[in-house]
Amino acid sequence: MKNFEIPAFECETGNYHTFCPISCVAWLYQKIEDSFFLVIGTKTCGYFLQNALGVMIFAEPRYAMAELEEGDISAQLNDHEELKKICLQIKNDRNPSVIIWIGTCTTEIIKMDLEGIAPKLEKQIGIPIIVARANGLDYAFTQGEDTVLAAMAHRCPEYKNSELRQEPTNKIDNSSQIKINNSSNNNFISERIELPKSKLVLFGSLPSSVASQLNLELKRQSILVLGWLPSQRYNELPSLGEGIYVCGVNPFLSRTATTLMCRRKCQLIGSPFPIGPDGIRAWIEKICSVFNKTPVGLNERENQIWKAVQDYTRIIKGKSVFFMGDNLLEISLARFLIRCGMVVYEIGIPYMDKRYQAAELLFLQQTCKKMNTPLPRIVEKPDNYSQVQRMHELKPHLAITGMAHANPLEARNINTKWSVEFTFAQIHGFSNVQDILELVTRPLRCRSGIMSDFQSLSKQTNKMNSI
Amino acid sequence: MKLAYWMYAGPAHISTLRIASSFRNVHAIMHAPLGDDHFNVMRSMLERERDFTPVTTSVVDRHVLACGSREKVVNNISQKEDLQNFVDRASSYSESDVILADVNHYRINELQAADKTLEQIVRYYLDKARREGFLNRSLTDDPSANIIGISTPGFHNQHDCRELKRLPSEPGISINQIIPEGEFLKNLKDLSRAWFNIVPYREMSLMAANFLEKEYGMPHILTTPIGILNTADFIAQISKIVNLWSFSLIEKKVNYDLYVENQTKFVSQATWFSKSIDCQNLAGKEAAVSGDATHAAAITKILVREMGIRVSCSGTYCKHDADWFNEQVQGLCDETIITEDHTEIGDTIARIEPSAIFGTQMERHIGKRLDIPCGVISSPVHIQNFPLGYRPFLGYEGTNQISDLIYNSFNLGMEDHLLDVFGGHDTKEENIKSLSTEKNNIHWSYDVESELKKIPGFVRGKIKKNTEVFAKQNNISTITVDVMYAAKEKLSS
Repeated sequence: MKNFEIPAFECETGNYHTFCPISCVAWLYQKIEDSFFLVIGTKTCGYFLQNALGVMIFAEPRYAMAELEEGDISAQLNDHEELKKICLQIKNDRNPSVIIWIGTCTTEIIKMDLEGIAPKLEKQIGIPIIVARANGLDYAFTQGEDTVLAAMAHRCPEYKNSELRQEPTNKIDNSSQIKINNSSNNNFISERIELPKSKLVLFGSLPSSVASQLNLELKRQSILVLGWLPSQRYNELPSLGEGIYVCGVNPFLSRTATTLMCRRKCQLIGSPFPIGPDGIRAWIEKICSVFNKTPVGLNERENQIWKAVQDYTRIIKGKSVFFMGDNLLEISLARFLIRCGMVVYEIGIPYMDKRYQAAELLFLQQTCKKMNTPLPRIVEKPDNYSQVQRMHELKPHLAITGMAHANPLEARNINTKWSVEFTFAQIHGFSNVQDILELVTRPLRCRSGIMSDFQSLSKQTNKMNSI
Repeated sequence: MKLAYWMYAGPAHISTLRIASSFRNVHAIMHAPLGDDHFNVMRSMLERERDFTPVTTSVVDRHVLACGSREKVVNNISQKEDLQNFVDRASSYSESDVILADVNHYRINELQAADKTLEQIVRYYLDKARREGFLNRSLTDDPSANIIGISTPGFHNQHDCRELKRLPSEPGISINQIIPEGEFLKNLKDLSRAWFNIVPYREMSLMAANFLEKEYGMPHILTTPIGILNTADFIAQISKIVNLWSFSLIEKKVNYDLYVENQTKFVSQATWFSKSIDCQNLAGKEAAVSGDATHAAAITKILVREMGIRVSCSGTYCKHDADWFNEQVQGLCDETIITEDHTEIGDTIARIEPSAIFGTQMERHIGKRLDIPCGVISSPVHIQNFPLGYRPFLGYEGTNQISDLIYNSFNLGMEDHLLDVFGGHDTKEENIKSLSTEKNNIHWSYDVESELKKIPGFVRGKIKKNTEVFAKQNNISTITVDVMYAAKEKLSS
């Protein structure tokens, strides 16, 4: 039995900066095209989302705030009636296929019974209402997507084993020619293939082009994805149930995974996440092994990609990086960068589900051993202040941090890359490996002459030096 | 409960953070759940702040809630007592002063809260100095003034501050203190040494100024020096105040008329501009104005009285200041609109169809939708409102800047119109349709066309070109989805 170094897990105060989980609205409303997101909270929530959505808010996105006023808080107004008024207005203005209520810190504290009101209101107005509690008390940033998907999982239709046989040609024999549906989940249009759909549902919100790329990769291995959670339209949610395998594409979806396993009785495929050529290969290999298929051409694909990004890996080889941590993608990104030849000093991460990320953690250890680099320190719920002190001592070449610290660190001559960009850039799949490396190397490539002479551009430290 | 899409002013705690992080040695602690400190991000990114924002979140999660807070949100009074107890205990442990910010989240917005917090801090430190006997009540020998209300990340605040320092300095008035931006709290005890206070933004500093007047007899100037007329008025008020004391303190009377005349005629270009024939073309054009009370009122005055432009509608989202606003713009515009609802303002503008809009970022987008040019004159702020160059709104340099803004806003509309009329827009559509001059036999299959549509427009052309180049290099005649992704992997974008 191989004896791997156990990664050191630490836990600090949790005084760190990350975004509120309601920020998931910003990308989920775009992904699910017939949805409407209603955030039930206060001015604070609205103001944050307004700034997070930025310019998009002017395009009248399918999102609104149900702003709680003093009367709501002191229980003078009837919640049910107020929400009914608002939902009717939304129905008249936008007529979505589903309204998703996002509970916030305030609704938690005043214990507003959203789950109780929703089903009644759903019957009254005739539009499905899903309740997801995405609040900063319990979750961080990307975990907002986790709670929404976990809530949506309950609405997926029940999978019946006979479904696969209900093809237009009505043949009982699975392997005969089948015309595949032109649904937006899997973009294979009128292609005659001799494959049945595998009982595989992928979960995680990715831009549709990236989802298509991943579908294509699996199709090359003769595995046809049954569907995605979330699907592009609410009416196209995949069927779930006993006999269906589910696999996640993002590391922060532990609650969704648990819901799919325990409530919907699906089988979870635990694998590293498809980020970086090594991650994608491992992901595809694992899925293939579950469906008893031998992966074809994977090693060649992976090596091809490594060769194609040689210029980038050359820049970062041997350099060190420090993750301050805010979007839960840190383990996968760290593993990928280690494989590229970097040294990772520390990985800060808001929350680590050791079971859901088990495969990824194991892969991290294996990668460190392979590249002969020390295992990074993993800190859950980091303390930003302590981290900055550690960074001053360690002097990493690159710090991956949130926007609150990026500018001040740059002024102190530490190269930074803001972490939020990794959540909005396309980082999954073979075709996007270059994109990740573009992001990571940009601060290292940008260092042209003028500023390198200054130790620090910060007014505070300069003042101290002059005394 | 109300359905809200956009708000002009932020929540109350944002302003407490603004005031706290403007002072030099103040650190704000927010007892709040994860994510409430997005203020740090805003400040760091908008102001391109070089130092860490002095705001720390003491994170509240389930455990804290379970042990600590009772009925926190429901009962405001007991909440205050709870927090006050917390503050008192904290003071005894720490060497620093600890103050509880007294702002009710549900009743007041960002601007009112800023006002209140600043007043609270000023009151605390002056009372403390008075109690402990080191309050300096003597006036400065030479005339001096405090500037109250410059904070981070305010709309052009840093530039305005520079101009406000310059403006009274030529007539011989020095600046005693600028609060809150950049001031040490321990210096607040000297606040009352100045002869008077300057309050450029009434939304943010009126309460503090009133307090100083009541308790320490300090007069303040409420006129904001935006525009030629207001700036002249501002200087006139300064001379009146200075002359009250000047006889006994500096043994002469001051007269700034010559200074004002010189600045108005020659240093500021605005007066000359309004006489020039360029501006004559603007006379009679219609504009709509909206924003915070200070800027909206001032711009309305400039447009009507200094440039001869008609203002069909003038409005503000500062509902609590409606009376003052109405009084300021009375007779200058056809209608006023006082509302926090941006859809009302949008509808009004759509109805009026002015030649230009002067408002906030929201009005800029309304303008884009309706195809009306818009100049931004007020917060809420955007990265565009933090230019690296010197762009004040106040003072004589401000008049130049505003004239430029107004002129360009109207002109942009006219330019587009002229180009339309004479068919002068460059249309290079041919470039997109065929990507090579030589005949090629490359055929795009149907399914990949729909994949292409998913790619955002501004990058689609490049990807299409890349793919065709790759296809040619590899002698592929039909482009499928596979080919497109293979092209992306191979070629650098």
